[in-house]
Amino acid sequence: MNLWRKLACSVLLLVVGLSLAANWLAPSGYARQYREAADAPPSREHWLGTDDIGRDRFARVLYGTRISLLLAPAAALLSTLMAALVGGLAGYLGGAWARGAMAVTDLFLSLPWLFLLITVRAVMPLNVSPLFSVLVTFLMLGLLGWTSAARVLCSTAGSLRDSDFVRQARASGIRGARLFWIHVLPNLKPVLYAQFWISIPAFILSEANLGILGLGVAEPMPSWGSLLKELEGLISVGEEPWKFVPLVLLVVVVTSFQLVLSKQEEVAA
Amino acid sequence: MLSSMLKRIARHGLTLIATALLGGLLATALVRLAPGFDVDEQQLDPHLNSESVQALRQKRLDQHNVFRFYFQSLRRAARGDLGTSLSLGQPVSALLRERAPLTLRLVAIGLLLSWAVAMAMAMSAAWLRVSAYDALTTVISGTFLCIPAAVLALLSVLWNVPGALAVALIVFPRVYRYARNLLAKAYSLPHIITARAKGLSELRILFWHVVPVAGPQLLAVAGVSVSIAVGATIPVEALCGLAGVGQLAWQAALARDLPLLMNITILVTLVTLLANSGADVVGHLLRGQEA
Repeated sequence: MNLWRKLACSVLLLVVGLSLAANWLAPSGYARQYREAADAPPSREHWLGTDDIGRDRFARVLYGTRISLLLAPAAALLSTLMAALVGGLAGYLGGAWARGAMAVTDLFLSLPWLFLLITVRAVMPLNVSPLFSVLVTFLMLGLLGWTSAARVLCSTAGSLRDSDFVRQARASGIRGARLFWIHVLPNLKPVLYAQFWISIPAFILSEANLGILGLGVAEPMPSWGSLLKELEGLISVGEEPWKFVPLVLLVVVVTSFQLVLSKQEEVAA
Repeated sequence: MLSSMLKRIARHGLTLIATALLGGLLATALVRLAPGFDVDEQQLDPHLNSESVQALRQKRLDQHNVFRFYFQSLRRAARGDLGTSLSLGQPVSALLRERAPLTLRLVAIGLLLSWAVAMAMAMSAAWLRVSAYDALTTVISGTFLCIPAAVLALLSVLWNVPGALAVALIVFPRVYRYARNLLAKAYSLPHIITARAKGLSELRILFWHVVPVAGPQLLAVAGVSVSIAVGATIPVEALCGLAGVGQLAWQAALARDLPLLMNITILVTLVTLLANSGADVVGHLLRGQEA
């Protein structure tokens, strides 16, 4: 592991650790409103100031980071499992199954990712509880983000199906589900693992995009998307630079993921 | 050669039509199944009498069967009638005609800028082969890759830069990453290293040896970049207040405007598939000429 990757790992661990310690670092919580100090600049009480309704920005950044960093991996796990199921099985079965599965993935891939996301998110209930909105947002990312991974897995499973060891296993009488679970699936693990990790930063960025467009996590629950929405009201960059902290944190985290995953991307391709 | 090309074009054409039609059906089904689809706030207007409310209900009833609604819409579309937007109350064809030029301009300028910057950076990195410069270009593109598209759109409003530049900044890091890898791979091929050792000029190496190797793959990236640019127009137009198709898609999604959303889905699917198919056909042509 080179120096940059070690540094990126340390940054990620630090950010995850801080977000998990949000209850101790910001005991007042993300929703408490200090009405007497609305839109306040950074101070000893509020390290990153407060938002327009007096909520402590530091607390919201910590809790928002926790939500994004815990739920993006959950969505990535869901999308990887779906990709394994659809792509892996289609590639293993081959023929019409593979053609059918790839036609479905082509249909999803022919639509720009953000267009697909806003269409599907908009048809879901918008006036839901904050907790439900978090679940809906990340569940949707997981349910729609499997297509490109399924394509890679379909082709890998297809080449495994024709490999010597699978043919030999088949000749020894191992067939069907047993052959898939014991011989094909373990060999898909490196690709599945890579797809899982590279999905996490992609889903974090997607949630941020949806949040800024008003289709992400509902208020008062914080997420990186809803925190970045604050930038919409800015008049100049120098005016309130502390409002850029969520953006800087997001860029640092996603960059750290990219550095850690540079090897995984080669496997996934 | 010609017949294989015609077959390829025909196959692409059929796939394109089938996928676009399926995409439209998918969008229609999604909106129809969405909770609250039947609710029309116009029905609560106290100025309307019972007959008008009944007429509004009847209008909604026509959209209940997804397949019937979709096929009726397609039949009307074949005659040039794309229906009327429920939220904006205007013919969909007029809305698209009015807004498409702006989006086309954004996509075209954005793509042109992003490709110019990405190729200049990728080529200079491949030519110079200085690790510090390579690291610098990777850091620049990596930083833009880590910023959400919507934030770039917001920053373009803040700094008062044109929307096309925001589209270019969203597309360029993705193009750069592929182009750099393809060029680096091409430049490390034995025959190109030999050409360099023999003292051929960099321009000759580029156009005679590198472009033929990396060209077809770069064309495929060009096809994909159209889809990325079309997707980028949604946050850029929505947040910069530009009245294009991206903003229309955004408004249609929020208002659950079925006729508008269905037509935009078909249009977007057609554009992205056309770009990808076009890139594939041209790439096939180039490979055929080489052979």
